[in-house]
Amino acid sequence: MSLDSPPPAGPQVGSDEWVARQAHRREYLPSWLGSLERASERAGWWPKLAAAAAAAAVLPLLGLGQFQLQVGIDALVIALLAVGLNIVVGWAGLLDLGYVAFFGFGAYGYALVSSGQIGANGIHLPSYLSIALVMVAAAGLGLVVGWPSRRLIGDYLAIITLFFGEAFVEFTNNVAPRTLGGPNGIVSVDPIRLFGYTFTSNQSYYYLLVVVLVVTMGVLRLLDTSRTGRAWRAVREDPLAAASMTIPVNRVKLMAFAFGAAVAALAGTIFAVQQVSVFPTDFDTPILILVYAGLILGGAGSIAGACTGALVVMVIYDGLLRSPTESGYLFYGLILLTLLAKLRPWRRLALVLAATVALGYAVHAIAAAISDSAVAGGPHSTGWIASALRDWVVVPANATVAGNWGFVVLVCLLIALVQVSSPWRAILLPPTLYLASFVWETRLATEAAITRQLMIGAILIVMMNARPQGLLGSRRVEALT
Amino acid sequence: MAFFFQELVNGLTTGALYALVALGFSMVYGVLKLLNFAHGDLYMVGAYIGFFVIQWFGGATSLSIPVPLLLVIMFALAGGLVGGLGVAIERFAYRPLRDAPRIAPLITAIGVSFFLENAALLLFGANYRIYNTPDFINAHSGISIGSVTINSVQILVLVMGLILMVGLQQLVHRTKLGKQMRAVAADREAAEMLGVNVNFTIAVTFFLGSALAGVAGVMAGLLFNQVTNTIGFIAGLKAFTAAVVGGIGSIPGAMLGGLMIGLAESFVTGYLSSTYSNLLVFGLLIAVMLVRPSGLLGQAQLQKV
Repeated sequence: MSLDSPPPAGPQVGSDEWVARQAHRREYLPSWLGSLERASERAGWWPKLAAAAAAAAVLPLLGLGQFQLQVGIDALVIALLAVGLNIVVGWAGLLDLGYVAFFGFGAYGYALVSSGQIGANGIHLPSYLSIALVMVAAAGLGLVVGWPSRRLIGDYLAIITLFFGEAFVEFTNNVAPRTLGGPNGIVSVDPIRLFGYTFTSNQSYYYLLVVVLVVTMGVLRLLDTSRTGRAWRAVREDPLAAASMTIPVNRVKLMAFAFGAAVAALAGTIFAVQQVSVFPTDFDTPILILVYAGLILGGAGSIAGACTGALVVMVIYDGLLRSPTESGYLFYGLILLTLLAKLRPWRRLALVLAATVALGYAVHAIAAAISDSAVAGGPHSTGWIASALRDWVVVPANATVAGNWGFVVLVCLLIALVQVSSPWRAILLPPTLYLASFVWETRLATEAAITRQLMIGAILIVMMNARPQGLLGSRRVEALT
Repeated sequence: MAFFFQELVNGLTTGALYALVALGFSMVYGVLKLLNFAHGDLYMVGAYIGFFVIQWFGGATSLSIPVPLLLVIMFALAGGLVGGLGVAIERFAYRPLRDAPRIAPLITAIGVSFFLENAALLLFGANYRIYNTPDFINAHSGISIGSVTINSVQILVLVMGLILMVGLQQLVHRTKLGKQMRAVAADREAAEMLGVNVNFTIAVTFFLGSALAGVAGVMAGLLFNQVTNTIGFIAGLKAFTAAVVGGIGSIPGAMLGGLMIGLAESFVTGYLSSTYSNLLVFGLLIAVMLVRPSGLLGQAQLQKV
């Protein structure tokens, strides 16, 4: 708990002295975690980026299967999108809900100029040309879509961009089915060929994505500390004040749109090639919400946060939640971690855990005594979690209806938990935890595809309420108003 | 010409529906300055509640109670429960963010919408639930003028829509509660200083707005006959469009916008093709926003420092 670090020496270009001092006066974690934090702060950005890149490069050598590699590729694509979205949402503070359309534009654009779709023989431009072309075109489209942002602020811009996103999906679905393929999309897209090397295997696309992501992050980092980056943040905080400081607000907003769109289009080209095909449904709202969840989880406004958040969200969403064993670890592990982090004093934590365990065995015994079929289902988790829970959680033979009611009651209990004060909270916790386990074993674990969507929604709600700065962001310094 | 009038009637009916959803959306925007993306999903929940009420009383073909009573129960339950859900959402998700930067509650609202949609998928499955309205309300009953028919469900929707809109207009402009709502919408802090119970007013507004969405959901079930968990999203989009085209925060504007979108959709589907109806609605919105950012009946906000 030290507050004694010296303020930075001398004025720095581009950072307000007061803000710098306030940012510096912060608490560090106790013991070795704190020294780690300080060391990482001293290290600067590029050694950290290089270390992360090296770690990502080593990962496939540890013997990942095709499935894990595909999860990694998807995660990297979403991370690239989140990093691009961070420019618009995190830095410029413009809520762009049509962002996925730029991703789709990039994918469709690349697919059109690198497949047999147009004309008799199709167009097959060299990759470096088509990627550059698509990125520039997307930036142009970004300018067009961002045009209303000159007059519309905040919510109106959110709506109009949302409609742009929807219109893109409708457009690709319905307009010019000969060229765009309608719902059947465009298939057999050419692979990327750079410097005489043709990217074909998943492994090569993984490395391509790592390189692209790292380079993008590096470039954006330079952009962030540049004049433009500072202008974006000024516009985000107060457009009027920024304008009176001679910042060309409209041009700065449009630039944010253009840069974000270009990064999204870049992600789109690689996505299209790796999938070898593009379909309208690949660019619908769920993807948008996924990207937002990653950005919010990591912390809007920070490049590392956006990237990490997106990777975490995608690895959970695409990887862990598909297997019943791993999703079980994740679910119970997260509950335990939350309790460990939030419940104080230790005495109360021990009491709550003991009460939960006792409650479970009691309920199980009563249910078993009443009817055999009430406990006939058995937990859906596998492995040692299942054997540990077998005599604890009640799972009826036909659990769907009971599980559904359990889910409704659980949501009500969770809302109640947040609203009530401390002693009641400790009393409500054991039944809530037990019910959570019940709902997980009866419904959520069996419907993994729905559970992961619910998780994305929950991330957005909980993060915004509990920690709006995200996991890696730091709380904004609020100026006096 | 008969075709024209038939499309006009159809457009007015769906327009009344959109107007109801847009009204709730616009009211919530008025007091909180929040785009409640979850509003369309409340409409979806209302439609499901209507369906389960029909099932509870024996299903469409063998109802155990008279049809008018069934309709009353459907509308009352959908309005009450969805209104309560709206209040709970406000209390849990939006109230803590009331003084946060504007972007935070917006993102929360997207999360709530996504959560509700998928919770409905978990609870009710992806199958379409069919109301089977013709089994208990005769589709051929109604009024015929020449070759134009207005069937009884359409009459019901039009009349109820009209009553609710007029009632709401009266509530907002003639009662003390309405005065409080307008005060909160104009300036929350000033209203609070003058003794308006802001939390209560916002909760009531959420209740009314969500209840309207729930009632509109039941109407949609009766009218379109089918319910699934994704109907909320597209209805929500249309309601946004209606509210924005009419001027967000303005009650007559929401009605006008809703009717306009219903009519536009109906005529485009009737005279051109249904593939382009959504694209056209979105195009209409973008055009209006670019020409008149504050909507047709909205007032331009002066920026104060």
